[in-house]
Parts: sequence; C-alpha cells; structure tokens
Amino acid sequence: MGGFPILSVMLLVPLLAGVACLFVEAKAARTIALAATLIDLALGVVLWLNFDIGGAQWQFTERAPIFAGFNYALGIDGIALLLIVLSVFLMPICILASQSIEKRVGEYMAAFLFMEVLMIGVFAAQDLFLFYIFFEAGLIPMYLIIGIWGGQNRIYAAYKFFLYTLLGSVLMLIAMLWMVNEAGTTDIPTLMQYDFPPAAQTWLWLAFFASFAVKMPMWPVHTWLPDAHVQAPTAGSVILAGVLLKMGGYGFIRFSLPMFPEASAQFVWLIWGLSMAAVVITSLIALVQQDMKKLIAYSSVAHMAIVTIGLFAFNVQGLEGAMIVMLSHGLVSGALFLCVGVIYDRLHTREIDRYGGLAINMPKYALFFLLFTMASIGLPGTSGFVGEFLSLAGIYQANTWATLVCATGIILGAGYMLYLYWRIAFGVQKNADAAAMPDLSLREWLMLGPIAAAVLWMGVYPESFLAPMRQDIAALDARLSRAAPEGDSHLAPGTPRAEAANAVGGTHDAGHGEAEGAH
Amino acid sequence: MDFKASLALIAPEILLSLSALALLLVAAWSRNSSRLVSILAAVALGGAAFLAAPALCAGAMGPDTLAFGGQFAADAFASFSKILIYVAAIACLMIAPRFFDRQGAMRPEYPVLVLLATLGMGIMVSATDFITLYVGLELNSLAAYVLASFMRSDDRSAEAGLKYFVLGALASGILLYGVSLVYGFTGTTSFEGARAALTGELSMGALFGLIFVLAGLAFKISAVPFHMWTPDVYEGAPTPVTTFFSTAPKVAAIALTARVAVDAFGAQADAWRQIVIFAALASIVLGALGAIGQSNLKRLLAYSSINNVGFILIGLAAATAGGVSAMLVYLAIYVAMSLGSFVVVLMLRTAEGEQLEGVADIAGLSRTQPLLALCFAAMMFSIAGIPPLFGFWGKFVVFQAAVEADLVALAAIGIAASVISAFYYIKIVKVMYFDEPAGVVTGKSDWAHWLILGVTTLFVSPLGYLLTSPLGYLADKAAAALFFVA
Repeated sequence: MGGFPILSVMLLVPLLAGVACLFVEAKAARTIALAATLIDLALGVVLWLNFDIGGAQWQFTERAPIFAGFNYALGIDGIALLLIVLSVFLMPICILASQSIEKRVGEYMAAFLFMEVLMIGVFAAQDLFLFYIFFEAGLIPMYLIIGIWGGQNRIYAAYKFFLYTLLGSVLMLIAMLWMVNEAGTTDIPTLMQYDFPPAAQTWLWLAFFASFAVKMPMWPVHTWLPDAHVQAPTAGSVILAGVLLKMGGYGFIRFSLPMFPEASAQFVWLIWGLSMAAVVITSLIALVQQDMKKLIAYSSVAHMAIVTIGLFAFNVQGLEGAMIVMLSHGLVSGALFLCVGVIYDRLHTREIDRYGGLAINMPKYALFFLLFTMASIGLPGTSGFVGEFLSLAGIYQANTWATLVCATGIILGAGYMLYLYWRIAFGVQKNADAAAMPDLSLREWLMLGPIAAAVLWMGVYPESFLAPMRQDIAALDARLSRAAPEGDSHLAPGTPRAEAANAVGGTHDAGHGEAEGAH
Repeated sequence: MDFKASLALIAPEILLSLSALALLLVAAWSRNSSRLVSILAAVALGGAAFLAAPALCAGAMGPDTLAFGGQFAADAFASFSKILIYVAAIACLMIAPRFFDRQGAMRPEYPVLVLLATLGMGIMVSATDFITLYVGLELNSLAAYVLASFMRSDDRSAEAGLKYFVLGALASGILLYGVSLVYGFTGTTSFEGARAALTGELSMGALFGLIFVLAGLAFKISAVPFHMWTPDVYEGAPTPVTTFFSTAPKVAAIALTARVAVDAFGAQADAWRQIVIFAALASIVLGALGAIGQSNLKRLLAYSSINNVGFILIGLAAATAGGVSAMLVYLAIYVAMSLGSFVVVLMLRTAEGEQLEGVADIAGLSRTQPLLALCFAAMMFSIAGIPPLFGFWGKFVVFQAAVEADLVALAAIGIAASVISAFYYIKIVKVMYFDEPAGVVTGKSDWAHWLILGVTTLFVSPLGYLLTSPLGYLADKAAAALFFVA
C-alpha cells in the first residue's frame, strides 16, 4: 500500500460525513451516511486484501507526534484486522436498518458515524492512551443513541449504560498511567512484550478487568446490557451486540493476557467461575423471556462467556475459538436483532406472544431467521459451530469441569433459541395482525443476505478468518506459555494408524490406537 | 534595591492600577460611559497580558525576577497565572453589558471593579511575602464583595455580597492568624525565609500556623470544608459576576496556594500534603454529591467548581513540578469550560429577555436551540472528563502526576469519585436531549456571548488536543520557575 494512510482515511471518512450529517436534511443525511459507510466497507476490503498474512506482525502502521504525552499511532495485526472488517461490514447494514427512524435523522446518522470512527480507532490504536480515548469516547454517542431514539425506559437504560461502563473504565486509566510510568512508553506493541513485576500485575489486571468485564459484559456486571439492548433502536442493538461487546474481548486479548500473563493465570478461576455461572444462569434467564430483544441480549451474555472461557484456556485452540465466537456472534446476534427489527417495524411490539405462525405469511423471513437461529445454537456448517467447538476444545485441555458446565450452554442455547423460533415462526397464526404482515422487502434482503452469506462462509471455510490471525495467536500463546495453568485432561496424542480404519485385513491391535485417539 | 528594575518587573500591575484610577475618574465624570470604560478596561487587560507574556515565554525564574527586595516575583509561574486571569477577566467584561442593560444596572464601576480585582489577583500570584500576599488578597476580595452585590436592588445579589463579605472576612482573619503564627515561629514574613526556618521537625505553633494559612486559602479556593459560601454566592451574584468568580479569582487563589505550599512550606511537604489530600478528596466527593439535587444551574455549576478544585488539588498533592504543571494545565482547561458553561447560562433567556437559570428551563433545548445545546453538552461531557473532549486531558495530566508521585491510591479514589459527578453532568445532557421541549428559551443572544461560547467550545472539542504540546510546554516552564530554589 506504500505510504497511503488507509487507517487514518478510514477514520476520517465517517468523521467528516458525521459532521456533515449534523447540518443537512433527513434524506441527504441518510444518503451521506450510507455512502460514507460503504466507502469504509470498500476500504476495509482493501485493507483485508492487502494484509500480508505471515508478514510483519503490525501492518499499515502510522505515527504522528502531534500530541504531548501520547502519540497518534495506528497499526493493525490480524486480530484487529478482523474486528475492523466486522465493524465496517455491519455499519452499512445498520444504516439501512435505520429507515424507520423518523425523528432527528441527521443527529442519528452523525451519532452512528462517530461510533464507527471510534470503533475503528479502538481496534487500530497502537498507543495506550489513544486506545483509551477511543474506548471511552464511545460512551457519548451510545448514550445519545439509547437516550434519544430508544424505547419507553430509555433514560434509565442510558444512565445505566453510561455510569456502569464509565466506572469500569476509569480504574483502567489509573492502571495505564502506572504502567506508562513504570515502562516509560505508551506504545502498545512494546508494552505487550514488557514484563511487569507479578505483584503489580495483580492490581493492573484487576483494574483492566473492571473495565473489560463491564464492556464484555461478564456476569454479574452484565445487567446494563439487557436494558440498553431492549431500549436501543434496532441499529443501536446491532452495533452494541455486533461490535461494542467485542471491545471487552479485544481488551482481554490485547492487554490483559499478553501484558499480565502471570496475573491472568492467577485469576483464571475467577474467569472460569464467572463464565460458567454466566453460561448457565443467563441461558436459564433467556429461556423465560417474553421480550425478543431481551432474550437475545441474555443469549449474548452467554456467548460472551464462551469467549472468555476460550481466552483463558491459555492455548491456541481456545484463543482462536474465542476470536471466531466474537466474529460469529457479531454477525449472528446482529442479524437476530435485525430479524427482530423487521417484525418490530411491522407490529411495533417485541412481545413474543403477539406473533406466531410467521412461516406461513413470511416464508423468506422465516428462512433467514431459522439460519441465524441455527448459527446462534452452533449448528455445524454455520459460524457458531466453529467458534464454540474450538473454544470448548481449548478449555477441555485446561479444565474438563469448566468444559462440562459450559457445554450445557450449547444445549440450553438450543433450548431457548428453538423455543423462540417455534413461538414466532411456527404454530397457528393466532394474531390476525401478525398474520397480515408482508414478507421481506428489498431493503431487508440487502440487510440480511450479506450476513447470511458471511455466516455460512465462516462456518464452511473458517480458514479465511483463521489465517490472518494465526501468527498473532501463536505469538500470544508463546507469551502465555510460561504462565499457563496445568490442564487436568492430560491429553496424550495417539499414534496414527498405519492404514485407514476401514482397510480390509487390518492389524489386530487397531483397537488400542482407537482408545487413545478418542481420549 | 534597584527601583528601576523592580518597577520594570511590575509593569503589568502599574498599567492596571493606572488604568483603573483613570477609568474611575472617567466613570465619575460621565455616567453613560460604561461601554467606553469596558472597552478601555479590556484593552488595559490585554496590554497587561502582553507585558506579562515575555516572562512566561522566556521561562523567567530566579533572583532576577524578584522585585522590591524579594516581596514580589514576576516569574514564569506568575506570568502563566496572570495571562489566564487577564484573559478570563476580558471575557467577563465582554459578556456583562447585555446582562446588566436588561436590568438597567450597567454602570461604569463594573469594569473598574473588575480591573481592581484583577490587579489584586496579579499581586496574589506574584506574592513571595505574606504581607504582599495579604495586600493582593484583600484588594481582590474587597472588589469582589462589591461585585457580588452589584445589582443592589436585587435581594439575592445583596445577600450574596453580604454573605461573601462576612465569610470572606472570617477567612482573612484565619489566614492572618496563621501568618502571625508563622511569623512568630520563623521571625520573617518572606516565603524564602519561612522555608529556610521551617526545616526539620515542625514545632506545634508553626504547624498551627501552617494549618491556619492553608485553611484561609482553602476558603478562597472554595475547597471542602470551607466551601459553604460558594453555592449561595454563585447563585445570588449576577451571572457575569459569577462567571468572573468561578474563573479569574479561582486561578489566582489556586496559584497562590501552590506558591505558599511549595515555596513557604516547601520543606514541610509531608505536613501539608495530607491536608491537601483530604481537601481534594472531600471536595471531589462533596462537590459531586451536593450537585445531584440542585435545580438551579448556577448552584449546580458552583458545586461543579468545588468538585473541580478537588481535582486541581490532586495535582498539588503530588508536590512535584510535574504536579504543578498538571495543575496549571487543568486550570487553563477549567477556565475555558467554566466560561463556556456560564455563558450558556447567560444565554438562556425568554423572548422578553428575562434570564432563566433553572435546570427545567433547558428541557428539550436540543430541539429549540440545537447549537446552544450542542455547545452546552460538549461543556458538560468535557467537565465530566469524558474523552475525546479536552476536559479529559486536564484530569489525565493531574492523575498522571499523582501516579508518578506514587499516590496511586489517591488517584484511584479520586477518579472513581469522578464517576459520581459524571451523573449530574449527563443529567443536564439528558434534560436537553431526551426531554420534551419546555420552549421557554427563545431569546436572541448577543454576538459577544456567541463568540466566547464558540471559542471555548472549540477549545474543549477534540481539536483542543492539538494544543497539548504548547500548553504542556508553557506549564512546565511555569512549574519549573515555581520550584526554582536559589
């Protein structure tokens, strides 16, 4: 790419478009927003195509010393690349999903475009404080999005979202200040290689944990999420679930794990315990929800617990699985919120009982909804399967009990998602108004189609997504290996057979090798 | 003593005092000259800032900056504070006419009093002797008492002036008592002498002196537990005067406190540090909790200023050059945010021109006056310290200094308490953006108000980060001058 500052341009395009949206009419604002997000999507594709897999760890780096105390430094590795691509992929869809917004369209579009700037900034920042600024700044547009365009209880939800996440983050700032004071640099790649004293790591880890656990969100600090989701407009929910929740996971993978490996190992039981609790408790809560969005929100918490359990498995499989779950959940939960939005726009209620039998009058919609339901459950062939399988395979090497508990999440997930789908799409058309709803429009096709394609792509050929980050995950795993807790499954790789299992006239001791391989 | 050199060093003060006296005569001769006097006063302040600037740019420090045998220092630290004070005072002159005209209360004494108060502040920040300190402080305070009750026909204004006077006199008494104790135990009133005498174990009497001096100063900067006057005075005083109180005198009093702590009590940093830490945390917490229930914007901003003083004191608690530099950066940003917020309050008026100051009055402002609401929201998020607004930078440098001085626990508690204050700042945003319009703010605003609001909003916007380098550079120079020990 030469010297073309593509990351800065990706930040600048939505920023300028956002400012422009503040000053124009509703129709023009929609066009500007869509155009800007599509340009960013195109740039994101260029970014991915030009990313040199197996090349330098940090690519597209930019650096400008225009501030005192910290640098304007951007750059991405494979992990950041995929999350940026996820963000720019979801943004045009969010803009399309916002057609039903009628009031203060210009400000609405501006808020979303500013969100896009901040999301890309978070993943691309290579300076600790630049990261913090982008990370925190997201509070302002999200606060306005929930508060202005949200549902009935929006003000309570907006306050809760703002104060919860702010409290989590400010402690992280103090930890960052301490780290910079100790290490003498604000450069993230350098800090990732810096060995902090283990005693200090404990406190630093806890401060970062306070922030990321709230953003993630982990049980029991997840309670802002259902409120924020339910009250946010559809596109707000998509961005919240699709990208903002990933900031917590990204934080763990970029900061907590590589910078404080010893402390991460020390607190591994805390993470496992909270994740196990989250999977079971939030899945059970999801099972009894009457509100579609709330149900999906709780399922998000359960999925994020699979992410944390994979991250803290301390091995390549777990880390890769966690990343794929994040990407997959970004697509799938975003799509599920869109599916809710589609019928919400028609009937203006999120109550599950008001629908029923939609497969009869909205067959195409029912098909998409089914695909995303299956992907959320983790059916093989969809993206959800790849991520969840890898995560659980990773944690199995570390702790079999945690695996056992977390795997119940898959079963419970199938329970609440199929129950939801049954109540909405199958059965009799008990409500006349729901039965009269028209099927998907072209705009809705354009929203759901690309996500469905991506979900299948990730499910069938995950290599496309695993390849860019393989090197970075391996580097992280190497850094973590010195602190990795000893696993309790004691895997012993079996010796491969001399010939295929169905070969005629095989040797008699084949049964021995099979027993080992199945361990 | 070289009088010529000394007089050259106090050039800004000479200019201000001569202008004040001359303008007082103009005011006495012609009652309708308030506009002319205001403009001339602003020009004089600008000239004084111009005269003070070279010392800052050159990073002046040491014996060359001392005038009149070490009673007055025109060093980079004083210069930084003075420029900030003068700029704030000019802004307060610009916003006043429109407000007072409406009440028919604009008299040429207003700019003259502002000039005299500013002169007193200049002396405060330059004082290197307890006597100079007291002269400057009283010159500032006497002018301020009159300013607080400037709308003499208004009960609230008169009450504010009286309250300010009684409590201010009490604080001055406490301060003087402390000074007399320090003098008694050190035998000198100069900061340098006190510093030399107060080394080693602190005697009980000298400790009491130190505590009383700091208590008197805490009143002037409205730090908890000496903050009680602030909400009443801020609410009662005419809004332009409140704007003035929350900016210029605050800078002066904080700079003075820093100089007394670092210079006069520099050898006893551990003794005053615990006082400063207590005042800082108490101010942050009480300033935040007190503001939550307020329904009057001026009262709310008064508590907000108490809260901000707490953050500024965290920089002082570090007791390092980095801490003082951070404090000065915070002050500069705070002055801009405070000016911007109060100008917004000034701009809240009905179509008939009546001033509004209730939180309920700004309901739905984002729909009736989108630009005004946007500026105010930026101010609120900025004071709350949410990036990417520039207010975050002030908190950032202050906490950075505290962490570098190994005060990690203080920094952690302080920043966690800042979340409480974020609650009422975002409540203002909520009222403006989420609530149904009250539709009472319909009046047109003066160009001067828009100008100041525009400039301060640009300053607190993310564009402000471009200023981090020059601002930090100048503040570092100023702090180095303060810590210079011959």
